[in-house]
Amino acid sequence: MQPLLITHFATANPLGLGAAATFEALAEARSGLRLNDFERAEINTWIGRVEGLENQPVIGELARYDCRNNRLAQLGLRQDGFEEAVRRARKKYGAARIAVLIGTSTSGILETELAYQRRQAGDGALPENFNYACTHNLFSVADFVARYLELEGASLTISTACSSSAKAFASAHRFIEAGWCDAAVVGGVDSLCLTTLHGFAALELLSERPCKPCDAARDGISIGEAAGFALLEKPDRAKSDCALLGYGESNDAYHMSSPHPQGEGAWLSMSKALACAGLKPSDIDYINLHGTATPANDSMEDRAVYRLFGAEAPCSSTKGWTGHSLGAAGITETIICLLCLKHDFIPGTLNLETPDAQLQSHIISANQERPIERVLTNSFGFGGNNCSLVLGLAE
Amino acid sequence: MKSVYLQGVGVMAPGLCGWESSRAVLAGEAPCLNEPLPRLAPDLLPATERRRSSETVRLALTVAQEAMRQSRLPLDKVATVFASSDGDGQTLHHICEALASPERDVSPTRFHNSVHNAAAGYWSIATGSRLPSNSLCAYDVSFAAGLLDAVSQIVVEDETVLLVAFDLPFPEPLHAVRKVECGFAAAFVLAPRRDAHTLAEWEIALQKDGPPPILPDANAWASNPAARALPLLAMLAQKRSGTVRLDYLHDMRVVVKCST
Repeated sequence: MQPLLITHFATANPLGLGAAATFEALAEARSGLRLNDFERAEINTWIGRVEGLENQPVIGELARYDCRNNRLAQLGLRQDGFEEAVRRARKKYGAARIAVLIGTSTSGILETELAYQRRQAGDGALPENFNYACTHNLFSVADFVARYLELEGASLTISTACSSSAKAFASAHRFIEAGWCDAAVVGGVDSLCLTTLHGFAALELLSERPCKPCDAARDGISIGEAAGFALLEKPDRAKSDCALLGYGESNDAYHMSSPHPQGEGAWLSMSKALACAGLKPSDIDYINLHGTATPANDSMEDRAVYRLFGAEAPCSSTKGWTGHSLGAAGITETIICLLCLKHDFIPGTLNLETPDAQLQSHIISANQERPIERVLTNSFGFGGNNCSLVLGLAE
Repeated sequence: MKSVYLQGVGVMAPGLCGWESSRAVLAGEAPCLNEPLPRLAPDLLPATERRRSSETVRLALTVAQEAMRQSRLPLDKVATVFASSDGDGQTLHHICEALASPERDVSPTRFHNSVHNAAAGYWSIATGSRLPSNSLCAYDVSFAAGLLDAVSQIVVEDETVLLVAFDLPFPEPLHAVRKVECGFAAAFVLAPRRDAHTLAEWEIALQKDGPPPILPDANAWASNPAARALPLLAMLAQKRSGTVRLDYLHDMRVVVKCST
């Protein structure tokens, strides 16, 4: 594919608000995880929580969209000069020619969870102020983002579990190529809720400690929340030092909640991403792993990475910093990769103490500073849905 | 304007149980019988997966399988796009009920069935297809969004795509806030090139401020977002050429020029 420029990006995640705060926490090896203090905090686990959402409601014309997930979206949109960048793009392309493609796994489901706790006596009806379409429905977040940014282009929500916001980049590239739009705002937003906390607990996939990706003693994920956005433009219409160079998508065709043990789907999505970018494995300077810290994910991902890259390319998981923000993991880790490219920096694997001797790829534990030009990031989801992105410095 | 080629079609709704038996109804040549949605058990799902899967997944896979059969293409050679506004309401209801109880015990199977891409996951497992699949939502205009996503994949990746639109009514109390009154699912196999099995050519464009779309008839189907596919099904059943305008967002229409 012809590189697609990433001209602006914005993030709100457990490491802080904005790219600078995020990079600072990475460079200082400071985790954003804390002991679960969400809602009644019944589950003994660690979470990545974004501060301040409780005090920053969506108000005014879009007040009907107010819920934790859209608050998080709003907070993300307010970072890194993103609103101003989109305002300029709107003037350049017209509001109807900028698409909005957002990934989420659970959108504002927390509103429905809370509404079920307040059902009316007698008929069991949900409270009258509950607004399903503007909060819980998956489209709510893309709809909210488009309205907040005053964009009127093609829009949809992608919901393929933990690969959602990585896949938004692939769809956006196709939307631009097909002529449905000239530029696109892509991103992902997922927020803490009881469904994922209790659901992952039921699957016995939650760690009771801060998650330890690639460690011999890894025993599950730490759930996080995050919002991230990127503005994608064609090289003949804009300038930027970062670009999407390729993407690859695949399915495991194996199991709903366990990855293919040999990493067949993961290997396929990485191979396709390289082919799409016209690169060979040795062109990749760093791999940001999906690296959730479940025994199954990290093993199969290692197999797939080793099969394709051998033990050459340094790789790491940043989930020990941010936790696993599920549908927002793809955009969060894409932004981390962009920060790495800008700062000639490779993050280590936070919380990795005793590397799992079974893992063969070049997993690094400590941060490194060195020039890098091209990176690959993985996002794998339930249902066996995989997406890999290749990002790099623009020519 | 982008051209794609229709290779297979599937439909399931009350009174529209499968494409062949629905053609006369959709063409306006036979009355629509007010029969409920049958109990569905798509035979391509292995027994264990069939037991674990929800009604929504079985509905989506039934029409997907029907469209694929008609296309005569191998099941593992097409990418998929699954478009649904509301996902799996029954599963969601059970999870929210459990979370409102003191124990908050969520069933692990229900949890993995709650993901929006559950149907895509079961399809991939059942068919062995490792090709890309997308699962998306745009509320009432999810079908139009799915068509845009599918067509962009066909023309940019040069891939054949199975597009499936499906929704089922929510149980109470959610039904009171999202009034979908009956189930509806439709599937279309769309290819980048014409061949001997092509049923129709669709030229697709995204236009602003087109004339208002012709919405489906004011019966129970009309409340279901997936039934926005009805005008395309009707045109196909009537073996007619013509233009269908699907309502999308912000005064935009997805315009489909169909030629048989």
